[in-house]
This record gives sequence, C-alpha cells and structure tokens, in this order.
Amino acid sequence: MVGHLAMLQVVLPLVAAPLIVLVRNARFAWLAATVVSYTCLAIALRLASHVAEAGTLSYAIGSWAAPWGIEYRVDPLSAFLLVLVSLTAALVAPYAWRSIAAEVPADRQYLAYAMYCLCLAGLLGMVATGDAFNLFVFIEISALSTYVLIALGPRRKALVAAYQYMLMGTVGATFYVIGVGLLYLMTGTLNLADMALRLRDAQDLRPVYAALAFITVGIGLKLALFPLHQWLPDAYAEAPSMVTAFLAATATKVSVYVLLRFYYSVFDPDALFGRLPTGAVFIGLSVAATLVASYVAVHERDAKRLFAWSSVAQIGYITLGIGIDNTSGLTASLAHLLNHGITKGAIFVLLGGVALRYGAGTLTVDGLAGLAKRMPLTAFGLVIAGLSLIGIPGTAGFVTKWMLIQGALERGMWWVVAAILASSLIAAVYVWRVVESAYLKPAPAGESRAEAPAGMLAAGMALAVLCVYFGFDTSFSVGGAREAAEFLLRGSR
Amino acid sequence: MGTVNHEVLLGLCLVIPAAGAALVGALHRRPNLREAATLVSAAALFCVVASLARPVFEGEQPALVLGEVMPGLAIALVLEPLGLLFALVASALWFVSAVYSIGYMRGNGEAHQTRFYACFALAIGGAMGVALAGNLLTMYLFYELLTFVTWPLVTHHGDEPAKLGGRTYLSLLLGTSMLFLLPAMAVTWRVAGTLDFTVGGILAGKIDGAAAAGLAALYAFGIGKAALMPVHRWLPAAMVAPTPVSALLHAVAVVKAGVFCVVKVVLYVFGMEFGAEPFAWLPWVAGFTILAASVVALRADNLKRRLAYSTVSQLSYVVMSAAILAPLSVVGAVLHIVAHALGKITLFFAAGAIYTAAHKTEVSQLDGLGRRMPWTFAAFGIGALSMIGLPPTVGSVSKWFIVSGALQAEHWAAISAIAASTLLNAAYFLPIVYRAFFREAAGPQHGEAPWPMVAALVFTAALTVAMFFCADLPLALARSLV
Repeated sequence: MVGHLAMLQVVLPLVAAPLIVLVRNARFAWLAATVVSYTCLAIALRLASHVAEAGTLSYAIGSWAAPWGIEYRVDPLSAFLLVLVSLTAALVAPYAWRSIAAEVPADRQYLAYAMYCLCLAGLLGMVATGDAFNLFVFIEISALSTYVLIALGPRRKALVAAYQYMLMGTVGATFYVIGVGLLYLMTGTLNLADMALRLRDAQDLRPVYAALAFITVGIGLKLALFPLHQWLPDAYAEAPSMVTAFLAATATKVSVYVLLRFYYSVFDPDALFGRLPTGAVFIGLSVAATLVASYVAVHERDAKRLFAWSSVAQIGYITLGIGIDNTSGLTASLAHLLNHGITKGAIFVLLGGVALRYGAGTLTVDGLAGLAKRMPLTAFGLVIAGLSLIGIPGTAGFVTKWMLIQGALERGMWWVVAAILASSLIAAVYVWRVVESAYLKPAPAGESRAEAPAGMLAAGMALAVLCVYFGFDTSFSVGGAREAAEFLLRGSR
Repeated sequence: MGTVNHEVLLGLCLVIPAAGAALVGALHRRPNLREAATLVSAAALFCVVASLARPVFEGEQPALVLGEVMPGLAIALVLEPLGLLFALVASALWFVSAVYSIGYMRGNGEAHQTRFYACFALAIGGAMGVALAGNLLTMYLFYELLTFVTWPLVTHHGDEPAKLGGRTYLSLLLGTSMLFLLPAMAVTWRVAGTLDFTVGGILAGKIDGAAAAGLAALYAFGIGKAALMPVHRWLPAAMVAPTPVSALLHAVAVVKAGVFCVVKVVLYVFGMEFGAEPFAWLPWVAGFTILAASVVALRADNLKRRLAYSTVSQLSYVVMSAAILAPLSVVGAVLHIVAHALGKITLFFAAGAIYTAAHKTEVSQLDGLGRRMPWTFAAFGIGALSMIGLPPTVGSVSKWFIVSGALQAEHWAAISAIAASTLLNAAYFLPIVYRAFFREAAGPQHGEAPWPMVAALVFTAALTVAMFFCADLPLALARSLV
C-alpha cells in the first residue's frame, strides 16, 4: 500500500498540470497547485516515516519487476529530499497567488501554475525513480517547465535569461544522457541498482570513466557547480519571485541528489575518491565558488542577483561537503540542502513581497532604503534569514558551517577551514549591505508604510522562523542528513 | 523542589530582559509607562539574580538545559561564582543606568527612544546569557547575539559617523569571533569531545606545546570584546552611540562580557592545572595594550574617546592577570571586572551629564565646570581615583590583588607595566579634575544635569567607595574560584 505512494506523489502533480490547462481558470489553477503541494508533503512525510521504520522501499511500476520494468526506490536519502522539495512547495504555493497575480499577465496565470505542477512532478520524479533513463525524462520535464516559468518573469530580460538557461540546461541534460548511454553500453541495464551490481567488475574501464566525466559535468551544470554556474544569477534574478523562491530551494538541490546517487549508489565511491582525484577537484571548485561568488555578491547592486550569487557560493558549501568525503562532510552537505533551501526560500519570498508593494524596480540594494520603516516585519525576516546565510549561531546556517568545519578538521584540511570562515565573513559583508540600507538609509519620500499581503508575509516569516528552528532543533535536519550520509557511506550499492 | 525553583529562576534571567523588550515595544506610544517597564524589568532581574546568590554561596551550581542542538552540543545554563558576579554587576547597573537614561534621553530630546530601550533590554539579556552560559556553544551564541543587538544602539543617530562607527564595530567584533573564536571552539570540540565549562578544564593532557599556545591565541583574539590590541578599534568606534550606551554597554555589559569570556576560557577550558604555559605570551600583549592605550588616552582631547582608551587599557589588566594565572592574580582579575565596571560607569555617566548640561565634549572645554556641577565632578574624581587605583576606592583593592598575583608569579614585566600605567592613568585623569575645579569657567551659566542622571552617578560613585570598605561579596566569590 505504501509503495503506491511513491508513484502517487509524482502522478498527482503530473495529472494536475493538464487539468489546469483544460480548466483555464487562474483561481482553480492556484487551488489545484496548492492542494497538490500539500498532498505531496503529506505523502513525503508518510514515506519518510516508513523508510525510517522499515528501510528502503522499492516499487515496481505496473508490477514489472526490475531490471525490466521501471523501479521507484525510496531510501533514507531520497526520503529526505522528497520532504525538502514538497515542504518548499507547500510553503511557496499559498503565497504564489498574490505574487503570480502581480507579476504575470492575467491570461497566462493558469499556465504558470500548470508549469509549476510539471516542475514539481519532475523534481519529485528525479528523486523517487530508480531508473537512469526515467531520471533523464524527469530532468527534462522539470527543466522544460522551469524555462517557461523563468520566461514568465516581468521584465523582457527574462526571455534572455530563460534562453541562456535553456542552452546550458540542454547541454547538461545531453551530457547526462551520453553518460547514461555509455553506462548502458557497458552494463546493458538502466536500473540504477542493477547497474551498480554489473559495474563491480567494470569499474576501471575507460568508458565507465568517460561516463563518470559526462555525468559529473552534465549534472554539474544543472546544480551550478562553479564554474558552470553562469546561467544561475540571471535566471534567479529575472524569474517571477515565487518561481525564484521555489527554484532556489529545490532545483539545484535535487541535482545535487542526482550526483550523489550516481557517485555513491552506482559508481564505486572507493575508486571515485580513492583512485581518482574527485575529492580534490570538488574541494578546489567549491572553495573557489564560496570565495569568488561571495565576492561578486558584495559588488552586486540588484538585490535578487546579489542573493543569486550568494546561492552559487552556498552551493559551494554543499559540494565542499561532498569533496571532504567523510560522515561529517557529507552530513553537512545534505543538511545544507535543507538549511540553505529554507534560508534562500525565505529571502526570495520576502523580496517578492517587497516587489509586490513597491514594484520590481525597487529590488536593488539602494531601492531597499528605509525598508525597516516601510515593512518592519519583512525587513526583520530578511535580517534573520541573512544571519542564517552568514552562519550565526542559533540559525540553520551555523549548524551546517559547524559540521563542515568538523569534517575538514577530521581530514586535517586547515586551509579549507580558513576558506569556509573567510567566505562566511564575506557573506556578512553582502548581507549587511542590505541590512544597512534597510535600517539606516531614509525611506524615499512619500512612500507609505505597507506590509506585504498576509499570505505572502506568513510564508516568508514561516521560512524565517524555520531558519531559527533548525538552528536549535536539528533532529530532523542533521538527524535525517546523518542517516542518509551514513547510508551512502556504508555502501548503498 | 529547590532545584526546580532554581531552574525557573535561571530561565527568568533570560525571559525578563526579553519580556522587558517586548513590553517596551508594546508601550511605544506611552513613554512614561514604557520607561516604567524598563525599570520594573531591571529591578525584577536584579532580584532574580540576587536570589540565586545563596545557592551559589552554598556550593550549588544551578543548571538548566534549554535544548540540544546536536548530540553532545547543548544550549545550557549553569550558574557558577564568576557568572553570578558578572550577572549581579550587569543587572544592578542596568537599573541604575535605566534611571540615568531617562534623564539623558529626554534631556537631549533623542529620537527612536522605543528602539533604544528595547535593544538595551535585549543587550542585557545577551549579557545574562553570556554570564550564565554552561558551555562554549551557549557562550558563543549569546556573545554574537550581544554584538547584533548592540549594533542598533551604536548606530542610534543614523548619520554618516554612526554608520561608519557601526561598520567598524560590527566588522571587528564579528570578524574576530568568526575567524578566530569559531575555529578555536571547533578545535576544542575535536580535541576534547566536549564544550562544557568544567572546573579544572577540558583540555588537560589533550593538547600541549605550540598547539596549545596557538589555541590560546585564537581564543584571546577571537574574543574581540576583550579589546586586546590590535583588535580594540571597535571600542572607540562605538563611542558614536548615546552616552548611556557607552556607559552600560561599552564600560560594563559588552566589554565585561569579553574579559569574562577570557577568564572563563582560562579557568574552565584550559584550567588552572594546565598551567600558564599556553598563555605565557599573553601578559606581554596585554601589557603592551595597557601602555599603548594609556598613551593614546593621554593624547585624546575628546572626553569619551579618552574614556574609551582608558577602558581598553583597563580591560587588559583583567586579561593580563588571568593569563598570569597565579591564584592571587585570578582573584585580582575577577575583582577588577567589578571594580572597573563601577568606576568606569561613573566616569561615563559624568561625561553624559556634562554633555547634557553644558554641551561640552572635549577635555579642553571643561575649565571651571566643577564649580557649576559639583556633584558630577566629585563623582568623576572618585571614578578617576578608582581607575588610578588609589584608596578609598574599589580600584585600589583589585589592583592590590593584581600586583600581589604578579609578585607571586614573579612576573616583573607585568609589574612594571602596571606601575607605568598607574602613572599614565594619573596623568590623563587628574588634569581633568584640576581643570574643572581650579580654572575659571567661560560661557553661559548652567547647573547640574537632570536629577535622575545626577542621582545615578552619585550612586555608582558611592558604591565605588563603599566597595573599598566592604568587598566581601565579590572577594568571596573570587576566592571560591581558586
């Protein structure tokens, strides 16, 4: 019975999307998207508790047993990700109503919701599936819908941003499928678990290494691994705010999942991190990401781009944990998927509120002047989320930073510790540019005090509260991440 | 039953300032009620802390675990003698400076008073958290909180100097704590497997030699609030704040949180048994800070700037004696936390009173003011005596112990630094008193500042003298540490 749920949560949003297109009514579309999001959250939680009790869940679609049929597989890692994606969806969906109404022309609003449902289906599918080709299909579903969502952005530049992302995303997906093709050539199977089994004797063959390289670069593009991140700042800055909030918290995170899935469940991690310089490459690129992207963020004027660059830096933390390759590092990496998701989600939701009240043009560092007077709660929420970005104790960001430092210390990598600390100091600079503008600069004359609409404000503040909550109670965030990390390192092959 | 009560009281030490801040915010439109809320919270907090004194004297250590962040890493409160002393000083002086603030803020027609009182209460809450912290993580949490809630107070005026001061303040305090204190904690956790403050320390036998000295350096410079040179610049920068902020926070709560954390790390992380070895270099840095800051103070014409550099110098007395780690010098360090707090808050109160009544900020403008403001300048004189370390003030008691401790350890460099600094202190404080009383005044006639301000500064001056005759309570607490 529980097995059907693994399938159901992908099918629900997938069916909702065409339904929305048939009805063509924005209110119905929003309602359907919201209901679907909450149902998916309920299913994800049920699946997570099932996996915690009974272990990995395997579901054969149409009762066609793997490796012939398509298998859906929910283990501790994918359960953690399912909760993350559907939780973000559930928090963003209610707020989408006002945001979409303000930023998207009336005749296209239902399309935004349809694309949102497709994107959700794609992301959940990527996590739930145990089949390499099925995974590719879901990558494309989520990617194509994301291009449309970005193109719906209020400025004309959104079209360019969407086009750029489409080019990069297509290259990424193609590389992935080439990699899968090579693996299929070597193993004759597309089922991930089966593939792992057959690769045991073929680990050190050149085509397998080629597949590894293709998949790493392809997925690296999707997750904005430095220096493959060029699409991200524009895409985040130009998309409608609810889309930015949703994507920032989920899209790159799910790509990280795919990478981990291949690294630990398909390939042999001992070979990957032992005989190949994977760890060193990841550490080098991640450190560069955290420092360079943070530095760029310091000099960015546009608030959404500033936080988009900060995302590139924070993704650097996530990949750094992969490169460190021990329990603490991997736990930090996985926990940061959640911690950074809610933190950035909060920031983009709150910025969406500002855009709604004072126009998208005010989303610059200078345009936020006097925000504390005009929108005191929003400004305060931004401060809290900002502190979490810096990694101040008592916030979710600190927990990850702490685990990451411990991971690096265990390996004796002092310079990595120094880089982590330096980058969080740079984060303090760019966050404080925004805070100083909001709190110390006078508001433009004539602007009255007006908070964001209640629904949007509630979503933003709920995420900000989560930033603090996960700074004190980490039993879900770090607990779930540690379980998944140990599961991966134990050898999930 | 008894212990349950203690837990509640410990929790109240954090709840009262937070509730006070909320109440101040809620009473935004009723200034009189709002100030009453501050006074009531301050009084309540002092009563709660005082009621916790008895169990501590009886050797108990009331404890309260607020939650566990990660396995083994808890947010926990434990009240031990040193923390009790700091909590008592901070909460008592909160009340006094709340009375003073009412006079100052209204006398100078300051804006944003609600934000001022609310942040003030939160800052005291942060200081309480530091005082009661049962482990390094909790200490670090409240230490950072203290930095952030005092930022709006430092930038209170919102103009360009305030903004620049705020940037220096935040970047130095945050920079040191993130670059040095955090890795120090991470290494401690890695080496010791715990962050709990433990009598006798947690590092003994687990780290030694250069590594231990390096770790000690990370702590000493990471706790930027102790204002060891060269990370002292935030303190003069913070002087752009209204004077009550400088008085309570940058003479008592924030800076004392800094030296308090240093003493805590020396006693409870490294431990007395560890020996002074990892800190062997520290008295030299502290001694340099004492002298260099005194020289800067000597040359500063701005009164608050002179007081700020005097604070930098006096804080290093505490750091130096803690680092010497002889039993008597530890007592001296702890006593000096109290002594300097009382003396320096008096001096800042006086500076604020002078500004409010005469609108004078520079030392060279103070000619003859002593005859117009006799109470204020009498109090200033007492504060100055305490800074120099002359009887009959509490500053002489703590200095006695500091010097005896240095003698015990035969640390001649430290003794010379103290001797030289005493002369320098006299050289930059006594001329002020001389000017005020023995030179002719110029400018329009005026009297004392509003009475709440005068009452506050006379009270702290009286306490400075009274503690000379009766220092039993802090002495007993300090002695129980060694």
